[in-house]
Amino acid sequence: MSYLEYRVKTIPTGWRKVLFMNWGLIALIIGAAFSGFAMLISVAGGNIEPWASAQMQRFSIGLLAMFVIAMTPIWIWRNVSVPIYMLALILLLLVEFLGSTGMGAQRWINLGFINLQPSEVAKVALVMLMAAYYDWLPADKVSKPLWVLVPIAFISLPVLLVLQQPDLGTSILLLLSGVTVMFLAGVHWIYFGTVIAFASGFVLALFKSRGTEWQLLQDYQFSRIDTFLNPDSDPLGAGYHISQSKIALGSGGWTGRGFMEGTQSRLNFLPEKHTDFIFTTIAEELGFIGTISILAIYVGIVIFCLHSALRHTERFSALLTLGLTTTFFLFFAVNMSMVMGLAPVVGVPLPLISYGGSAMLVLMGTFGLIQSAHVHRPRGNV
Amino acid sequence: MWQKSNIVSYRHFRTARRGLLVGGLQLGFCGLLAWRMHHLQVEKAESFRLVADENRINLRLIPNQRGEIYDRNGIKLAGNEASYSITMVAEDAGDIDLILERLSKLINLSPEDIERSKAELEQSAKFLPVTIVDRLERDAIEKIAFNAPMLPGVNPEIAFSRTYPLGEIFAHVVGYVGPVSSRDLELRKDPDPLLRIPRFQIGKVGVERELETTLRGKAGTKRVEVNALGRVMREIERKEGSKGANLKLTLDTNLQAYVRARLGNESASVIVMDCNSGEILAICSSPAYDPNKFVRGISFDDYNTLRDDNRRPLASKTVQDAYPPGSTFKMVTILAALEAGIINHREKIRCNGHVEVSNRKFHCWKRDGHGNVDLVKSLRESCDVYYYELAQQVGIEKIAEVARILGLGKSFNIEMSAVTAGIVPDKLWKLNARSREWVVGDTVNSSIGQGYVLSSPLQLAVMIARIATGNEILPRLIKSINGVEADKAPSKLNLNTNNLNLIRKALFEVTNDKRGTAYHSRVLDKKSQIIGKSGTSQVRNISAIERTLGVLENKDLPWEQRDHALFVNYAPYHDPKIAVSVVVEHGGSGSTVAAPIARDITLQAIYRGTPPITAYPVEDRATIYNQQRDLNKLMPKTTKSSKVQA
Repeated sequence: MSYLEYRVKTIPTGWRKVLFMNWGLIALIIGAAFSGFAMLISVAGGNIEPWASAQMQRFSIGLLAMFVIAMTPIWIWRNVSVPIYMLALILLLLVEFLGSTGMGAQRWINLGFINLQPSEVAKVALVMLMAAYYDWLPADKVSKPLWVLVPIAFISLPVLLVLQQPDLGTSILLLLSGVTVMFLAGVHWIYFGTVIAFASGFVLALFKSRGTEWQLLQDYQFSRIDTFLNPDSDPLGAGYHISQSKIALGSGGWTGRGFMEGTQSRLNFLPEKHTDFIFTTIAEELGFIGTISILAIYVGIVIFCLHSALRHTERFSALLTLGLTTTFFLFFAVNMSMVMGLAPVVGVPLPLISYGGSAMLVLMGTFGLIQSAHVHRPRGNV
Repeated sequence: MWQKSNIVSYRHFRTARRGLLVGGLQLGFCGLLAWRMHHLQVEKAESFRLVADENRINLRLIPNQRGEIYDRNGIKLAGNEASYSITMVAEDAGDIDLILERLSKLINLSPEDIERSKAELEQSAKFLPVTIVDRLERDAIEKIAFNAPMLPGVNPEIAFSRTYPLGEIFAHVVGYVGPVSSRDLELRKDPDPLLRIPRFQIGKVGVERELETTLRGKAGTKRVEVNALGRVMREIERKEGSKGANLKLTLDTNLQAYVRARLGNESASVIVMDCNSGEILAICSSPAYDPNKFVRGISFDDYNTLRDDNRRPLASKTVQDAYPPGSTFKMVTILAALEAGIINHREKIRCNGHVEVSNRKFHCWKRDGHGNVDLVKSLRESCDVYYYELAQQVGIEKIAEVARILGLGKSFNIEMSAVTAGIVPDKLWKLNARSREWVVGDTVNSSIGQGYVLSSPLQLAVMIARIATGNEILPRLIKSINGVEADKAPSKLNLNTNNLNLIRKALFEVTNDKRGTAYHSRVLDKKSQIIGKSGTSQVRNISAIERTLGVLENKDLPWEQRDHALFVNYAPYHDPKIAVSVVVEHGGSGSTVAAPIARDITLQAIYRGTPPITAYPVEDRATIYNQQRDLNKLMPKTTKSSKVQA
């Protein structure tokens, strides 16, 4: 559907757009962000410095960006998908050469006012490009092998670059969100069935190869897998993060130890307590009630987005919203699985809550795009 | 525009269908997350909370003060003295070298101290205090406090260390404390966690050791919260410990100090006992050592000097050494004969200076013999042959039985280290210990306290106290624990009172009859007359050749080969109060060496201080006067000032 085809009457224009924004979604986002501020204050021992204040500034900027993006018509975003994807690739290449190293991996580019993490930008850019590609591609060609190879190339480029940093967590997220858009766009089941079958076969082979002459992984890599599968086997070494995080989670009980009373995080038993492991602090201090509330907020966000997506008749909007929702879902699902010992420790923050600039800004941009699609949806009688 | 898109309803349907599937999977996964949360946080909450508490809560011990030890009059024998030390916290100090250099200008710091401190500061965590130097004087601490701004991270600290104000006077009884050794820990089944505190001290010898748990009390504990690095964040709970119990001993400091001074450098032991209650008034082993040196950590040189001294200052001779009792054992033999009804006091035995038993000659100390000897004379003049003859009739079993009734041959339950049982030999004992049959010669030897018979000075004191009272006196060292006194009236001995009276009468003549062996150690004052028996026990065999050539005098022998001099006595004759036993190792004759010591000490005990010179026989008064004056100078002046209510 092109600009000209929109019946101007049915699409909100001007400041009236604000009325058509998904306000329920905005309320949930603000709720999540404020929980994050509270926890950042708590892990700083009751101080707004150093984390909460910076996080608040970023959230304000993010909120502003979200409105600006939401006000911008969705077809403009569709049309700039390709340049944005190119830009993300260039940034990923840049970080490869002049990025700063943190936590043992090259992830950031210092832009002066912010340490930009290009892999975060890439997540959005990839989904945008994929949505635009399938919007452009005629429906009958979607499952043709040649037209399946093209999006695979789109996905592979950023995934390989991020893997190079190395950041396994983000590259898996990229891969999953890209493949999800392919699936949503209607690529035939057979492709996915084949890939899943091969992947399972490969993983099986990997484990079977252990201890044989054709061993596929190094011993240390196997030991990492062991640590994930049984963190208690090495509680002070490789399994330390998982063990301590499970202890913090478990010791919360129903209602937790109380705000700012968490001993595991307060006493530094927990690593990365203000970033990737902030969920454990919530769990310890606010208990099951706190964690289930956070999960409820996330589920609410996902439901709002799904609801919005399923009402889109416009293909780009539907794929974009579903793709970005999946990205968001993967964020918190992977983070929570990690701290609860369901997934290996990979560097994925808890969206909207963990301390971090790039992730916050990119997330708010994501919601801006979802809002833009929502606002600019043709409506019956307006 | 890329391409004209057309709205195809089936496409929208497919997107919606797959969208619903993906959305459904996502929500399903959220359900899994919620279940996992519930599992971890609600179902397993208990166990995780425990682990979290173990993580953060550390139990620390607060050392408590050790109980103090007092004499019967409340004079402090062992106390706790505040001692100052300085510690340094590396992270507060910053430049450690600079601060140490400044410190060394203020106080005496040896290069070793500095070296050790630096090493410790480097090894331990940055926030833990490390002791730089301890046992500082007050003014050194004041200097440091005054210069505190220049010395960041340096903190003065007070600790309590054990002191023995009277030094060596009570060394063997009270003992001393020292750092816990790995052997100490091994010996205990379930050691008090206090013992694992670095620099903690426990009793090593004497009362300090034997009543260790009573004196130690209970340590306080504090539960502290620590972070992942072990730094203490806050104190959660504090449980104060209880101070160890204060002990009051039965000892009398003035008497003990007198005894210690009177013995001088002799290798000797003395016990003064209240012969009615068994309370030990003085128990002194000489020479002694300064227990304070052990608390501070004695130097190798000092220790080696003590260890290699042939007068054995480290040994607690009063209870851990057993000597042949010599003639002091004759009371046992004669009592056995009387109890067995073999002899009465009028029967006489002829002494020719020796007697032949199974082809062996046994000599009396008097070469020419005592002539006809009856019971009183046998004790008074200490005739050996009388006992040789008597013992063969009585037999060793009866002698051993009476010896045990009088307290020999078993160790007493007294709060001192290594209390010996001595030996009261009988046929079974020899078979077990020596794997040989008992022969008559053994009985003959035993009858005069030679041969296998061994008894400690404490046992001899108990023996004479039992003879004096006819009661089963048991020695007591502890008057009260935390003010609680446990008194037990002694029971009657299973001995005929008439027989005991006969012996007492004979013993009276030993010291108060012109012919008595210890007549020159008599006391004129009726209220403090001493009644006792001397003993001279041989430590070497005298060969037949030596006997024909003339037995060597003690003064002509090397010290190690001289006889032990013994004397046991009680006083006064009627209504006995004090029992004394004196053993002077290699001192020579009991009547000339041990008896005068016993007399001086007995008088001192009865008069509770310096006795009047008129109590002594006229011929001794000049010597005694000088001796009293000399000894008074040696008595500790601080005994009165350190008197504290126990």
